[in-house]
Amino acid sequence: MEQGLASGAWFAFSPQEWTAIALSLKVATIGSLASLPFGVAMAWLLARRQFPGKLLVNGLVHLPLVLPPVVTGWLLLIGFGQRGWFGHALDACCGIVFSFRWTGAALAAAVMGFPLMVRAIRLSIEAVDARLEQAAESLGAPPLAVFFTVTLPLALPGVIAGLILGFAKAIGEFGATITFVANIPGETQTIATAIYGYTQEPGAETSVVRLTLVAIVIAFGALIVSELLAARVSRRAAEL
Amino acid sequence: MIEIDVALRLGAFALEARIAARGRTLAICGASGAGKTTLLNVIAGLLRPSAGRVAVDGTTFLDTAEGVDLAPRHRRIGYVFQEPRLFPHLSVAQNLRYGQRYAPSARRLVDFDAVTSLLGLDALLTRRPAGLSGGEKQRVAIGRALLVSPRLLLMDEPLSSLDDARRLDILGYIEKMRDAFSIPIVFVSHRVSEVERLASDIAVLDQGRLVEMRAGGAALPSSS
Repeated sequence: MEQGLASGAWFAFSPQEWTAIALSLKVATIGSLASLPFGVAMAWLLARRQFPGKLLVNGLVHLPLVLPPVVTGWLLLIGFGQRGWFGHALDACCGIVFSFRWTGAALAAAVMGFPLMVRAIRLSIEAVDARLEQAAESLGAPPLAVFFTVTLPLALPGVIAGLILGFAKAIGEFGATITFVANIPGETQTIATAIYGYTQEPGAETSVVRLTLVAIVIAFGALIVSELLAARVSRRAAEL
Repeated sequence: MIEIDVALRLGAFALEARIAARGRTLAICGASGAGKTTLLNVIAGLLRPSAGRVAVDGTTFLDTAEGVDLAPRHRRIGYVFQEPRLFPHLSVAQNLRYGQRYAPSARRLVDFDAVTSLLGLDALLTRRPAGLSGGEKQRVAIGRALLVSPRLLLMDEPLSSLDDARRLDILGYIEKMRDAFSIPIVFVSHRVSEVERLASDIAVLDQGRLVEMRAGGAALPSSS
């Protein structure tokens, strides 16, 4: 390993490592973007509406945060596997297959990131002055227009922060992913599951270190962007 | 004709008022906590009373007995709130035009340029609300409500943040609006001078009850 460090070959990523990095970025990007509309809708519901069973819905949204990831992964396997109720229905109607595919990794990432995403967006929606929404309503705006012209623009930095948190969580996701879609190079092997694989392999330490550094850089970058946006939100709130 | 007959309970506070104003301009006076803003919110549809009726010039906004309850956006009311409530992410011009896009063009009776010049907003159009003074913000809020071409204008202490010169200007403009487009106005005020100059009817509230009704209207017994 020390020889590798000295010669500079240390930085040479193997094709399998590149594949894992690319797949991680794809899975995290698609997983977080696809769950964003649901996250915004759920956050708005929790921030602005009172309805029976709200406590239960809130609990379900946060469940992946506190459950062992392997349990979430197993539940996804039961529900969205080929014989699972949703998995079967989605395959039959739209040809969407999750089990042992990268799409399944994206689904696992989305589910695991969802609580963090909803939480950030919910806080930013709650920070929007409801009296501004009332003013918009009194000026003739229908509810959807109030949301898109007042609530969403004012909550936007929080929405972006939520998206980035969801993305960062997706990059780091391991337990649910490996349980649901295994660790298939080129199909479901992400940075996290690849690192796990390399740790089981004698002599693959340099791969572990390289991928670990990549994971740190991506996660840290995402957190910094999210922090900067949060600071912008509180500055704007102070202006009002 | 402005008809209001409401009963509403908010925690320990109860509002019960029955007002019929025959004139075009109804002033609602009373100490703070008398229920003036609550009454405006009921008229605007932002608060729903347990029982009551609100009608303006033959259009019923609310009639709990008949099951009528128009959504705020269908009442076509221009509401000038006590605080300006401008949209901070929009420019002054975008704030002013906000309600216009939801009003069919056939119904737009109020001209944008006339409003901006009379309220002295021409120089402010590209600015953001955060950079405006209190009086400027309030003028934008009044302009925004006028540009809805409302069926009824609600004003909650609209002139309290303005200096005397602007106050007179805007009072004059409100009178012109009322006369030119015959827009009925309900406004809340502490200032007797404002009330006397503008109002054809004056309702005095105390602790949620109508205690006095003057001029064009007649005091009616409370609906309890």
